[in-house]
Amino acid sequence: MKHIAATTDTGEDVGEGLLIRRIKNGTVIDHIKAGEALNVVKILGIAGTTQEALSIATNVPSKNKGKKDIVKISNRELSKEEVDRIALISPNATINIVRNFKVCEKEGVEVPTMIVGSVRCPNPGCITRTNEPIKSRFAVLPGGKGLRCLYCDSVITKDITSYII
Amino acid sequence: MSFESAMARLGGSSVSVSSVEACSMAKGETLADTVRVVSGYADAIVIRHPKEGAARLAAEFATVPVINAGDGAGQHPSQTLLDLYTIRQSMKIDGIDVALVGDLRYGRTAHSLASALSLYGVRLHTVSPPGLELPPGLVNYLTGKGMEIIVHETLEEVVNDLDVLYVTRVQRERFPDPASYFNVASSYRITPELLAGAKKNLIVLHPLPRVDEIDPRLDATPHAKYFQQSKNGVPVRMAMLLDVMQ
Repeated sequence: MKHIAATTDTGEDVGEGLLIRRIKNGTVIDHIKAGEALNVVKILGIAGTTQEALSIATNVPSKNKGKKDIVKISNRELSKEEVDRIALISPNATINIVRNFKVCEKEGVEVPTMIVGSVRCPNPGCITRTNEPIKSRFAVLPGGKGLRCLYCDSVITKDITSYII
Repeated sequence: MSFESAMARLGGSSVSVSSVEACSMAKGETLADTVRVVSGYADAIVIRHPKEGAARLAAEFATVPVINAGDGAGQHPSQTLLDLYTIRQSMKIDGIDVALVGDLRYGRTAHSLASALSLYGVRLHTVSPPGLELPPGLVNYLTGKGMEIIVHETLEEVVNDLDVLYVTRVQRERFPDPASYFNVASSYRITPELLAGAKKNLIVLHPLPRVDEIDPRLDATPHAKYFQQSKNGVPVRMAMLLDVMQ
């Protein structure tokens, strides 16, 4: 995560009312590339069986980007390792840590050097596509322009979201 | 077999498992468990496996050194070391023209050799059937290392410029029917006539086994180095084994 100045709101357009409620404690992922919120949730591994209240807004108005997505997770503060994974699909997203309705930390995401366990290798002959007790591991190519499997060297440069586990 | 020969010549012994049916993997044991068990039986593991990345996985779980003797369509680094040694016996490697011929998509020997040659300023020529070209990811890697890669449709257009002609087997199962295979295979066949205008010092290499890729009449010519290449596998693998176990 790269640190940017903290503010007192979560970046939503309060003038037109909130599409989803403010949260008391937890994490707000703002400025997600429009249409990618569900993939963000997927890559964070918090879809489906999560215990926390999860709110998702897609294609909401954004001052700078026209449209954006927002994800709110109550009562859970995501770690740096967790949130940096979303940089691959939404590099301009910001992470807001909310405590007692106030944004206490606000940071951007940074492309990580490695992605572990959240992307499936596209090569059906890769050892990671078997029942071996290992997680997939990908090195992120310079500039975040793709992923290289550390087991079979297969490279993903397009449509990364379709390989998210 | 060359690894077994190498180990015997070093004064050691080897235990070979030549098929999945002959080990606990037939009962569903993972490769991870197999190499952990075998780590207790041996001082080093040499693995050939049908899945890409298997050797890397084995190295993570083994407690003894692991040598990759071929992982699926991935890599075959020990073959590359003996390939380089064989080339070096005939010429300096730096700046030469090398052609890779045959199945370059699934041919692991070609993948590893191309990667190694990118360290020597070699100009790489490729000749392969449609659909069996070098994997795009590997091409990107090689060009990123500054390697010049020239793709040819026929052997005839490049053969006279080459220092090394590296031939690989085109596998029948890559083609929809036998006729398609024989059509393609015949167009990549190396004959004395094809090499009539080649450089005097051109060497022809092949990781073996060959099927029809190289005319047996070539065997008696000075160009043919593939049996010497195969023989070189023993001392090169002796050196590898010794190095990892010392």
